[in-house]
Amino acid sequence: MTVLTEHDVTTGAAVELSSVSRWYGNVVAVNDVTLTVGPGVTGLLGPNGAGKTTLLHMMAGFLDPSQGTVTVGGRPSWRNPELYQVLGLVTERESVPGFLTGWQFVLAAAKLHKLTDPAAAARRALAVVELGDAQHRRISGYSKGMRQRTRVAAALVHDPSVLLLDEPFNGMDPRQRMHMMDLLHTMADEGRTILFSSHILEEVEQLSGTVQVIVAGRLAASGDYRHIRRLMTNRPHVFAIESSDNRRLASVLMGEEAVAGVELDTAGLQVRASDFGTFTRALTKVARAEGIRLTAVLPSDDSLADVFSYLVAQ
Amino acid sequence: MALTLRALLGRRRALLLLPMPVLLVGLTLIATIARSPVDHWGLVVFGHLGFGVILPLTALIVGSSVLGLEIEDGTITHLLTKPLARSEIILSKLAVAWGVTSVATVVPLVLSALIAGSPGLAVGLGVGAVVGALAYSAVFLALSVLSRRPVALGLLYIMLWENVLVQFVSGARVLSVQQYASTLADGISGDRLLGSTLPAMAASLLAAVFVLVGTYVATSRLRSFRLTGETS
Repeated sequence: MTVLTEHDVTTGAAVELSSVSRWYGNVVAVNDVTLTVGPGVTGLLGPNGAGKTTLLHMMAGFLDPSQGTVTVGGRPSWRNPELYQVLGLVTERESVPGFLTGWQFVLAAAKLHKLTDPAAAARRALAVVELGDAQHRRISGYSKGMRQRTRVAAALVHDPSVLLLDEPFNGMDPRQRMHMMDLLHTMADEGRTILFSSHILEEVEQLSGTVQVIVAGRLAASGDYRHIRRLMTNRPHVFAIESSDNRRLASVLMGEEAVAGVELDTAGLQVRASDFGTFTRALTKVARAEGIRLTAVLPSDDSLADVFSYLVAQ
Repeated sequence: MALTLRALLGRRRALLLLPMPVLLVGLTLIATIARSPVDHWGLVVFGHLGFGVILPLTALIVGSSVLGLEIEDGTITHLLTKPLARSEIILSKLAVAWGVTSVATVVPLVLSALIAGSPGLAVGLGVGAVVGALAYSAVFLALSVLSRRPVALGLLYIMLWENVLVQFVSGARVLSVQQYASTLADGISGDRLLGSTLPAMAASLLAAVFVLVGTYVATSRLRSFRLTGETS
């Protein structure tokens, strides 16, 4: 399926960062990052405050790197408005002029791009994000997801070969997410370079094969998602367990290979497992053999920051 | 450009532009009906109120809004992610600010001068207001790109520099747009109703310098526009 054009899209230009740092006064937001984003969908993953937006802004020409170079298609992105002929940006901030209708907003974007047929381009972009029905209503009356799609339509109107999206799924319902994911996939299949940021692992998992993980301003992991996923499933898991006899269960579990540590206190039993699958299988087997009744087995909900710190350590 | 105009006039702030011109025309009507000669009240109504308050305040409201409001609410990114020369953006914003300020000030000034029965003064005030509107717009547009508080800075310039400092330090009038407008109005109308003291040629040249410097500064600042204040 062709999303935007009947003709072949020129292959998406690569976004390249070479030893890029960015600091604000004494605060280092991005620290010596070198990466290349080529055609296809790439996820920029990291906890909030990791430096994702700063990186995206530098790629989009809205921030100058304090050190290093940022290029898109070989040309520097800073102070280079011509870049926007091939680049589309959807920022995280949801500011849209509410006094316009969706149609007027996207049409204005097409006109500012000086496209030969702005009306046709605007119609096409609105159809791609499925906003055709609501296009003549004022944006101020749109839902969050609709506003987001309007902004995506405006960023797509000139058929860019590079599309940068900052947290594009925020505020979207599951159906809209699916649709947006399909859209990004199809556009990537046409040869575009698509980079989106997210702090939600599952979004990245569903969307992209390639991931750049950024933690505290540094590039923590880079490459195929499956590799990163494996690192993550292999990390130690902590379980809170309650049973009819915590003390005996603790002593038996210590003998299991999948168990890395056990802690017994008044709150109950905390078990650190080195392997998720092996441990959960072993636990039920051991409990049955010893006649211990398990009343609660709760995997502790690791915060995303913990998961990322683990990745950094690898 | 059309969108800028719509965004500008669609806001409540635009209503602020209305009462002052009405006051100007009203005062002129009262004075004319009272058969008071224009020399007695012209300086206060046209000089102090017209060029001293209405022209700079209108230019400040409009000039700081044409781009400043977009910077404030973040919609500026939609404009900046287009392959447009930054000078093109600044010039179109300046054109809108100049046009709106001119219409909002020239109409009441010219109308009042005609009511007062002085066509020569009407032409002088009209030209002075148009030139002043351009110079002010360029300055306030530049302030809106340079600072997050363009209105406060603009008010400081109007109130402190133009209305206080100029009274006490004669050199200060060299950098006063109000003085340029008054000089041109006086020069064209042929009488010294507004009490200007600058040579007309110097006023024209200095106004041109204001426009050029304002436009240049605004353009170069916009070229290096940084997006900040969002979560990193």
